[in-house]
Amino acid sequence: MPPPIVAVERATAASRAALVVAVAIVLIAASLPFWGESSWMREFVEIACYFIFAMMWNLLAGYGGMVSIGQQAFFGFGGYVMLMLGNFAGLNPFVAIPLGALAAGLVAVPVSFVAFRLSGGYFAIGTWVIAEVFRLSFANVSAVGGGSGTTLTALRGIDKATRESTTYWMALACVVAAVALVYLFLRSKRGLALLAIRDNEVAAESQGIPVARMKLAVYVVAAFGAGLAGALYFVGNLRISPDAAFSVNWTAFAIFMVVIGGIGRIEGPLVGALIFWALNKFLSDYGTWYLLGLGLLAILVTLFFKQGLWGFAQQRWGWSLFPTQRKLLRTSPDANTFLRDRP
Amino acid sequence: MLETLVQGVLLGGLYTLFALGQSLMFGVMRLTNTAQGDFIILGAFAVIAGVSLTGASAPWLVALAVLPVAFGFGYVLQRYVLNGTLGKDPLPSLVVTFGLSIVIQNLLLELFSADPRAIETGGLSTQGIALGDAMSLGVLPLVVLAVALVATGALQWLFAHTALGRSFRAVSDDREIAELMGLSAKKVYALATAIAFVLIAIAGALQGMRTTVSPSDGPLLLLFAFEAVIIGGMGSFWGTLAGAMILGITQQIGFRLDPGWGIWFGHIVFLVVLVLRPQGLFPKTRG
Repeated sequence: MPPPIVAVERATAASRAALVVAVAIVLIAASLPFWGESSWMREFVEIACYFIFAMMWNLLAGYGGMVSIGQQAFFGFGGYVMLMLGNFAGLNPFVAIPLGALAAGLVAVPVSFVAFRLSGGYFAIGTWVIAEVFRLSFANVSAVGGGSGTTLTALRGIDKATRESTTYWMALACVVAAVALVYLFLRSKRGLALLAIRDNEVAAESQGIPVARMKLAVYVVAAFGAGLAGALYFVGNLRISPDAAFSVNWTAFAIFMVVIGGIGRIEGPLVGALIFWALNKFLSDYGTWYLLGLGLLAILVTLFFKQGLWGFAQQRWGWSLFPTQRKLLRTSPDANTFLRDRP
Repeated sequence: MLETLVQGVLLGGLYTLFALGQSLMFGVMRLTNTAQGDFIILGAFAVIAGVSLTGASAPWLVALAVLPVAFGFGYVLQRYVLNGTLGKDPLPSLVVTFGLSIVIQNLLLELFSADPRAIETGGLSTQGIALGDAMSLGVLPLVVLAVALVATGALQWLFAHTALGRSFRAVSDDREIAELMGLSAKKVYALATAIAFVLIAIAGALQGMRTTVSPSDGPLLLLFAFEAVIIGGMGSFWGTLAGAMILGITQQIGFRLDPGWGIWFGHIVFLVVLVLRPQGLFPKTRG
């Protein structure tokens, strides 16, 4: 029997509307430095870093199936490379941001050689050990202030207003770039291969997908993104220390955002970051109780609400703002109108 | 040099106790407990709280009283929380134990503040035995080493020679077949975690006596425990002991060379073992 005529649906009404709304929001956001307050910009830069980092963790764990507790290694590395390029090489720190991200992506290649010896839960803690090696190494380099850290002096000549709005625009551009990067990656042929690997590694390999190379590619891209977030964060923060740069809390917050929002979907970290921002704004004064609540919430969501908030919305109402799946539709409702001479 | 080696072995004894519980949970149900270190610290604080509440002069008795509580706690935790997270996907168990780690750290911070505390042992922690003129060995580290050796031997015996150990090995090798033979994997898992928590409580009590503990110490202990298990190889408790000794000795040598690099040195040895021999030095189980 000849195959039915099918069309591949790759976009939904919601996703087309979301694209328009997203472009509008980005344009409005881009004009913020002209009418907004500088505290809003600082807040945005901070949450942007959390979001990019969570996005990359989602790519690694939710799509690549590699649950890491050590992504802060690349976050801190990106930050330190940016700072060293700015302070020692005299580079403009804003130019150094993408270079820091690039360095994090590059260093991920030799790191993966060690990390990929482990899998599953062992991989998670193994990557944490690697992040500790990064932290202890930088804590012993006196040129960058050792354990107590150092200040980004390269931005001294630039006045505050220019610095803040440029940082803000960089952050906005990085957020858009990170979402676009992940979205286009997942929609590409490689993205399809990645989903196949996540669902069944052996079956994917037998279909001719180069599993090892794909995993390395995802690991490097996620490290690049984490480095981008780190470099950006410390341009906004102006001060870096090994304990802040390589803190496991970065990954802890990323896990929280992704799990709450819904793992394995692009909307997940987006929703998670918004919730995290709101909780942080209104409840962070409670300190230890606030963190305790975050931990408890992550446990409860994992146990009883596995798909997260966006996963729930997607199941219930079929919402999908960033569709990465391919849906086969029969173009003709009448099953008899098959084309005979179709191959 | 000899003194560094001896100190390293004594430190390895402590790391063995950190790691045995982890090794058991890895071996039986492939569960990565990222809150291992925080539970050790929780055990230490439980003894500290017990001593101050009862006004007991003998911390040993309080520590003994904590052990059955830890057993029950581990059983309930595995049976009603962690069993639901097991499966092919490592994410749920990682997120839940990682969440527990954050909860424990902040709860201890709220209850006991960030100040380091110790379990008062009536001077035992400062007593030493002189060996020759140049070297003196602490009594407490020797006790820790002895406990570690006994615990390793007991665990290996339990695994190899008892009905419970047989059921541990059975569910570890093939859960479904073991269940067809009439074992309840969930109960076996719960018992394994219960025993692991007894070991964790012992480790916590001795850590609290040997040095000070503070609520944020947990993650580092987890990493040491993990490194010892991986260096030693999965499923072998003597392997875990050997891994802990290697880690303790390398850290001591590192500390001797430069205090800032001691722990770094231990991590590097772990990573080197991982690259050269990813299955560990003395592996028993696979996968």
